[in-house]
Amino acid sequence: MNEIDPFARALWLVLGFGLCLYALTGGADLGAGFLSLTARGPKRREQRATIEHAIAPIWEANHVWLIFVVVVMFSAFPRAFAVLSVAMHVPIALALIGVVLRGAALSFHAYGMEPSAARERWARIFAWSSAITPLFLGTVVGGVSTGHVRVQSGTVTTGFFAGWTTPFALLVGLLSLALFTLLAAVYLAAEAGAELEREFRKSAFLAEIVGAVLAFAAFFRSRYDAPQLFAKLIGSSWSLPLQLATAGFAVLTLLLLARGQPRYARFSVAVQVALVVVGWGLAMDGHFVVPDVTLANAGSRPEVLPALSIALACGSLLLLPALFYLYRVFKLKGRA
Amino acid sequence: MDHLLAARLQMAVSLGFHILFAVAGMAMPLLMVLAELRHRKTGDVVFRDLARRWSKGTAILFAVGAVSGTVLSFELGLLWPRFMEHAGPLIGMPFSLEGFAFFLEAIALGIYLYGWDRVSPAVHLASGAVVALSGLASGIFVVAVNAWMNTPRGFRLDAEGRPVDVDLWQAFFTPAFPTQAAHMAVAAYTSVAFAVLGIHAFRLLRDPANAFHRAAIAVVFPLALVSAPLQALTGDAAAKHLAAQQPLKLAAAESLFRTEAGAPLLIGGWPDLAQERVHGGLHVPKLLSVLATKDPNGVVRGLADFPREDWPPVPIVHVAFQVMVGCGSVLMLVALWGAFLAVRRRRAADHPMFLRALVSCGPLGLIALEAGWIVTEVGRQPFIIQGVMRVRDAVTPMPGVWVSFAVTSLIYLALGSIVLVLLRRHVLSAP
Repeated sequence: MNEIDPFARALWLVLGFGLCLYALTGGADLGAGFLSLTARGPKRREQRATIEHAIAPIWEANHVWLIFVVVVMFSAFPRAFAVLSVAMHVPIALALIGVVLRGAALSFHAYGMEPSAARERWARIFAWSSAITPLFLGTVVGGVSTGHVRVQSGTVTTGFFAGWTTPFALLVGLLSLALFTLLAAVYLAAEAGAELEREFRKSAFLAEIVGAVLAFAAFFRSRYDAPQLFAKLIGSSWSLPLQLATAGFAVLTLLLLARGQPRYARFSVAVQVALVVVGWGLAMDGHFVVPDVTLANAGSRPEVLPALSIALACGSLLLLPALFYLYRVFKLKGRA
Repeated sequence: MDHLLAARLQMAVSLGFHILFAVAGMAMPLLMVLAELRHRKTGDVVFRDLARRWSKGTAILFAVGAVSGTVLSFELGLLWPRFMEHAGPLIGMPFSLEGFAFFLEAIALGIYLYGWDRVSPAVHLASGAVVALSGLASGIFVVAVNAWMNTPRGFRLDAEGRPVDVDLWQAFFTPAFPTQAAHMAVAAYTSVAFAVLGIHAFRLLRDPANAFHRAAIAVVFPLALVSAPLQALTGDAAAKHLAAQQPLKLAAAESLFRTEAGAPLLIGGWPDLAQERVHGGLHVPKLLSVLATKDPNGVVRGLADFPREDWPPVPIVHVAFQVMVGCGSVLMLVALWGAFLAVRRRRAADHPMFLRALVSCGPLGLIALEAGWIVTEVGRQPFIIQGVMRVRDAVTPMPGVWVSFAVTSLIYLALGSIVLVLLRRHVLSAP
């Protein structure tokens, strides 16, 4: 293995940070769309209205984390981006269709320029496309972990269906959807009025259970489809404490919800999901695509990395306070 | 038709679609801020209503721009993985900065659109200003990337053709950057201003006393008046840059086959590649030399100076260039007409002829914008990085790009039509 540039390591962490924040914010917006699809019963209209009201002001900002991840990736790790773009072309393209449709449908619906019959159609498109996006994004994450995608002298040799079509990758896709739905349900429970809070709390419990089942299923399936990942999950010293912590925060989330404190549950569920992302990142063990594309061989020109790191640091000084202000205006203050 | 063509068409459709929404995201916030400022200064609520209604329309445009921009950031890799592998490090800086600018834009827009009753009027106005400024900045950063593709700098190729010794500043501030960024930024304001003027003039023709649409024209027209002449000035600078740094593109745009001293400016006409001459068109003696070199007898290089396999598709570049310059000139004349009316102390809104002219000019700015991008992008063919990498060497190995091209086109066609229907309804429901 080559010596790994310390700036490459730093940028790898930045990438992980961006991915975590996308999951916690943009992911939750996708989950909220799925919740509007599954909303049933007499209060489904109010549920949908609450969902829309909650995400309309912030979804575009949340969504930028995905662009952030892509840009950091191709600037700092261009080889990884090129390999990913070829090997995962199909699921990425499908996820993008979801991204386009949901964003457009949400805005068409939310700004209410249409009579209600036509607006219903946008609500449905928004909900369905919100559901398929995390599925395909999840299969990309699962697919790069399998080791099925092989690269020889910079060229992908395993075609366009390797990895992401395995049962493991599919389970990761479903798990992503479950976790995003969980995030959305908890966030919404904190924002909704008392009656709707119960509905969202129910959804959160359900998502937590489904998520746990899928997490176990993916873990056991990785033994066959993603052996290197499985070995890391089994054999690493960080693994057991991390998984216990994840489970601990899951239980804490449920307890806080059951005690009617969804405002605090928001923070514990965010930690829970972030730990899942961190666990995956650690289990990837410095790989972008297992086994051939690594932190050591996918890095950009070394002369680029320090400047890029500095630019990202300076940008964050502007960005993070602005983001905090946005959430303060729309999420931390009471409802208008 | 082949794989490469499908990939190129998909890129063209994606860019051509996105750019319309991108310029709206750059220019509409400025108009909203100007209207809100007028409201604060005059206390007239009509200007606040105007800002609110514009912000509602902008919200849709911005959303479609955000998602189609996301598609583009992925498409760079999905369609051109080899390009990104080589160019990623070199264009990473402007793209990263663009990412932050876009982040700020999205955050501030959320506050602007939904914060009317949640933040103080001063904060609201400030958030609008942040949207306008970061929109401008992100446009300029994206153009920096394109300018690098046109005049690549800041690296050296090693024996295997990989870029080494990367200098990010040189890669950022390339020769094409200043003129291209200026021309594009002004184009965003010109095209959007005239589109908005066209819409309000249309309503005003039917309802001449309407205070709302009069207010709109009062806010937008000054911007058009400043930007249309600036468009010509920056265009002139861009032409001089082309003559010096991208002579092949200029030769294609003007269908100049042979290198000439005292070259004439060709208006219209059709280039005949087989006979290497131009059919028809109007030749204005020595004007091209004046525009390109400031010297009536200056030498302008022709297509014949370059190997045939490096020529872009000359007819497309030529026609697009004529369309861009033609539309731009009409807009400038209409802007000057408006200035003349203002000097004569006549209200533009009371002048039906002028309003009719504004209505017919509504689409011209956007048409010129698209044509300009065709000049710069098709004019760089067959290269994706001028002189360094050909488009055919950058394309994805993925088979069946036709399918994704068809799907992309259909989705964008549908979205575009829906946006038009919604905006039409929005406009018709205006007071």
